Amino acid sequence: MRESFRTFLQRLAALFRRRRLDDDLDDELRSHLEMSIDLNLRKGMTPGAARREALRNFGGFEQTKELYRDQRGLPMIETTLQDLRFGLRMLRRSPGFSALAILCLTLGIGANAAVFSWIEGILFRPYPAVTHQEQLLALAGTARGESGHTALSWPDFADLQRNCTLFDAFFVSKIMGTTLSIGDRAEVTTGSIVSANYFDAIGVHPILGRGFESGEDVGRNAHPVTVISYQLWKGRFKGDPQIIGKTQRFNNVVHTIVGVTPEGFYGTFVGWAMQFWVPASMEETFESGGYKLEDRGARWIEAYVRLKPGVTRQQAQQEISAVAKRLEADYPDTNRGRGIMLWPLWQTPFNNAGTLLPTLEIMLAVVVFVLLIACANVGNLLLVKSFARRHEMTVRLAIGAGRGRLVKQLFTEGLILSALGAAGGLLVAHWCRHGLVLLFPARGGVAMHLPGEIDWRVLALSAGVCIITTLLLGLVPALQTGKIDLAGALKSDSAGVVGGGGRAWVRSGLVVMQVSLSFVLLVGAGLLMQSLQKIRTTSPGFSTHGVLDTAVNLVSAGYDAPRAQAFQDELLDRVKALPGVESAVFARMTPLSYGSYSSTAIAVDGYQPPPEEQPIVEYNEVGPDYFTTLGIPLVTGRQFTRADDEKTALVAVVNETMAAQYWRGRNPIGERVQVKGRWMQIVGVAKDSKYQSVRETPKPFFYVPLRQNFSRGAGLYIRTPLSPETMASALMREVHALDGNLALFEVITLQEQVDRSTSPQMVALTLVGILGGLALLLAAIGLYGVMSYTVSQSTRELGLRMALGAGACNLLRLVLSRGLALTAGGVALGAAVALGLTRLLGSLLYKVSPRDPLAFGSAFVVMTIAALVACFLPAWRATRTDPARALRD
Amino acid sequence: MPSPKSEVLQGTLDLLVLKTLATMGPMHGFGIALRIQQISKDLLQLNQGTLYPALLRHEQRGWITSKWGSRRTTARRSSTP
Repeated sequence: MRESFRTFLQRLAALFRRRRLDDDLDDELRSHLEMSIDLNLRKGMTPGAARREALRNFGGFEQTKELYRDQRGLPMIETTLQDLRFGLRMLRRSPGFSALAILCLTLGIGANAAVFSWIEGILFRPYPAVTHQEQLLALAGTARGESGHTALSWPDFADLQRNCTLFDAFFVSKIMGTTLSIGDRAEVTTGSIVSANYFDAIGVHPILGRGFESGEDVGRNAHPVTVISYQLWKGRFKGDPQIIGKTQRFNNVVHTIVGVTPEGFYGTFVGWAMQFWVPASMEETFESGGYKLEDRGARWIEAYVRLKPGVTRQQAQQEISAVAKRLEADYPDTNRGRGIMLWPLWQTPFNNAGTLLPTLEIMLAVVVFVLLIACANVGNLLLVKSFARRHEMTVRLAIGAGRGRLVKQLFTEGLILSALGAAGGLLVAHWCRHGLVLLFPARGGVAMHLPGEIDWRVLALSAGVCIITTLLLGLVPALQTGKIDLAGALKSDSAGVVGGGGRAWVRSGLVVMQVSLSFVLLVGAGLLMQSLQKIRTTSPGFSTHGVLDTAVNLVSAGYDAPRAQAFQDELLDRVKALPGVESAVFARMTPLSYGSYSSTAIAVDGYQPPPEEQPIVEYNEVGPDYFTTLGIPLVTGRQFTRADDEKTALVAVVNETMAAQYWRGRNPIGERVQVKGRWMQIVGVAKDSKYQSVRETPKPFFYVPLRQNFSRGAGLYIRTPLSPETMASALMREVHALDGNLALFEVITLQEQVDRSTSPQMVALTLVGILGGLALLLAAIGLYGVMSYTVSQSTRELGLRMALGAGACNLLRLVLSRGLALTAGGVALGAAVALGLTRLLGSLLYKVSPRDPLAFGSAFVVMTIAALVACFLPAWRATRTDPARALRD
Repeated sequence: MPSPKSEVLQGTLDLLVLKTLATMGPMHGFGIALRIQQISKDLLQLNQGTLYPALLRHEQRGWITSKWGSRRTTARRSSTP
C-alpha cells in the first residue's frame, strides 16, 4: 500500500517535469546506443553494421520511449489533460456554437440549481444556524372530521413535554407582529413567542447576554424579558455593546433585553425573519384573546420537537398519539376528537413551507423538463458537429486510436460543456437565491424572507446533474462513432434529402422530445393560468370592490377591554361621518387572511351527532352591519345591531351550510345553538362565503356579535368608493384625534386580500410561465437548428426540384411541412404525457380539469405558431437555392 | 494490460537486474544489459530497451536509486539500496 502510494506520488510529480525528463531519457538512451555501437566497432564491425546491430539489440527505440513514458507518468491523467486541452481548443474554434451550447446548459442547470437551493433553504433546512435540523419535526393538532391542522393549547403542550420519552425537546415558537418604535421611527416587526427552552433546544447561543431561563415561560406576564435579533441590534440599536440590561417597550410593556442572537439566525418560521423573542409568559401582551396559558380549550401555539437520535417519526408519533388519547379521555370537554400529529419540517402545516410545497414539487418536475430540453438542444448541436468532424474521427481511427479512446474524447468535450454550464448555472442560482421573495408582495411593509440555500448538498446535486448531462451529451456523438465505416471513410458524403428521414432520425427524435416536453409545460402553464383566473373571478361570497380592510393595534397600545370598546365605538362614529363612507364595522377575523378563526364544539337542540364525533364549527365575532358592509347577503332573518350587546340575549347568525347540516330543512330562526357552554338564539341565516381559502368547499360557519364576545384585536372594514390611499390619510387623522400613539395598519381593499391569499397559485403560474417560455424558446431553437441543417445539407436536392420546375411555394411547403410533421409528432407525444402528468398539479388547480381542452388547445396553438416561426427562415432559405450552382457543386 | 505470461517474464527480468546490481555494485543501463546477456550466455534474447522502463519501475518502488555520471563513460549508474 505504502509502496504503491509512493509510486503514485512519483508518477504524479513526473507529470510536472515532463519536458526535462524527456530530454534526460533521450540522453540516456542515446548514450546507451553509442556505447553499444562503440562495443560493436571494437569487435571489428563496419560503422554501418555496428549501428544496425546496436539498434537491433536495443529493440524499438520509439516504443521504448513510449513504454518508459507510460511507466513514468500517469497515462490516464495525461490523456485526459490532452483531451481537455483539445476540447477547449475545439470550443475556442467555434465560439458561436460554444456560447449557444453553454448558454443552453447554464439555463438548464441553473434552473435546477435554483430550485434545489429553494427546496433546501425553504423546505429541508429552513432555519439557518439551527443545529441538526434533520431531527426536528413540526407539531400540530388535528380535529376529527376536519382536514388540515389546528394549533395546540399550552396545557396540552406541557402534558406532552412531561409524558413523552423519545424526544430531546419540545419547544414552542409562535409568530406574532407588533409595532416597534425606537427613537422616532415606528415599524411593523415580526417576533416570536417561545417556550423558555427555545434557544437551548435549537442549539443557538446568543452572542451577547443569554437565552431564556427555565421558568421564564410560567406565570401571567411574569417575565418581561426579550432576546433580540442580530439585525435589530445592528440596525435599530446601532450595535450598542452595552445593550444587555437596557429596556424596550413592546405593546406598551417594558421588556428587558437579555440577549442578542448570532448573525444569520432568523428564527423558526418559514417566510418571515424574526426580530425578537419573548417567553410564553408574556403571551397576553402580544396575542388577542386574553390569558391562555391555563386554558386547555385555547389552541394557539405552534410547536416543534427534537427527536432523540435513532428515533423514527413513526415511533415518536405512536408515543404522541398515546398521550393525545389519554388527554382526550381525561379532558373530554376540550379534547374530544382531538389528535396531535408530527410533520416533517418540509410539510410544516402552519408556515409557508406548507403553502410552497406543492409549488416547489411541481417546479422540480418542470426544471427537469427544462434541463432535458436544453440537453436535447446541445445534443443536437453536438450531433451536427459530429457530422462535420466525421473526417477527423475517421483519421483518428485510421492512425490507431481505439474507439474507447475516441468515446473518451467525446465525453471529455461533453464534460467541458456541462461543467461550464454548471458553473454558470450555480451563478444563476446564486442570483436567484432571493428571487422567490420578489413574487410575494410585502405585507404591512415587511418583506418576506424566503432565501435559497446553496450548501454542499445543493452543490453535490448540481454536480450530479452536470454528470448526467455529460453522459446525455456524450452519448449521441459516441453512438455515431460506432457507425463510422473506415473503408468508406474518405469517400465524400453524399448530399442529404429534405424529404427523406434516414440518418437524421436521432436529431429528429431529439426535436420531437423537445417539442413534447415544452408542450407539457405549456399545458401546465395554461391550466394554472385558467385556474388562477377562475380563482380570481369566483365570487368569494363577499364584495371585493368598494370595501377596505385595516386595523388599529389596540393590543400593542395596551388598551384593556372596556377602553378598547369605547375606542371602537368612537372611531366608528367618526369614520361613518367621513364623506364617502357608506358603512363601517369591526370584526375579529378578516376573511382569507393568515390567522385562525375561533372555533367551538357546538350542541344543537334536536340534533344528535353521530357517536364519537364532536361537531366543531368555526365562527367570527362581528359588529353591527357586518353583512351589509362586506356585502354578504342574508337569506332570512336579521343581522346584528347595536342593540345586540352585553346586556341583551345572546344571538348568532349561521350560514346556509350550517343551517342545512344541523336543522335539516327546518327554519333555524329562533332555534338555539350552544357555544362554549352558552346558548345562543339564531336570528339570521347568511349566504355561504369563503372563509379561509378561496378554494375551500362550503363549510358550516356562524357569526356572533363582537360585543357579546369581545376581542381587542378586531379589524376595521369600511364600505366606500374611495381609494385605500385617500381613506388611509383620513383614517389616520381620525385615529390620531382619539389617541396620538396608535398605529394604523395597512389599508387595503378586500380584493387585495383575496389576491394575497392566492399568491401561491400566482407564484406557481409565474414560475411555470417563465420556465415554460424558456422551454418553448429552447425547443424552437432546436427545431430551427434541425431544419436549417437539413436545408443546408439538401441544396442539391432542392436545386434539382427547382430545375424540374418546383416553385418557391412548393419548396416553402416542403420544408414547412417537414418541420410541422416533427412538431405534430412532438405535440402528440406531449399530449399523451401531459394527460398523465397534469394530475400532479391537482392541489394547485381550482375548478379546472387536469384535462381541460382549452389548456391543451391553446398549448397546441402556441406550439404550432412557435414551430412555424422556427421553420420559416430555413424554408425561406430553401427557396433561395440557386439551382444552377447547387447542381454544379 | 500485461498478460500473465509477460508478468512472468517481467518478474524474471526484475530478479536478473536486482541480482546483477547486488553482485556488481553501481552500474549504468548498458552495463546491466551487457552483464545479463553475458551471464545468460547469450541465451536470453533481451531487447535492451525493455530494461529502461523496468529500471524506472524499480526506482519508483524505492528498490534502487540512480544518479547521473559523466556523459561519455557512465550515462547512468544504478545501485541496490
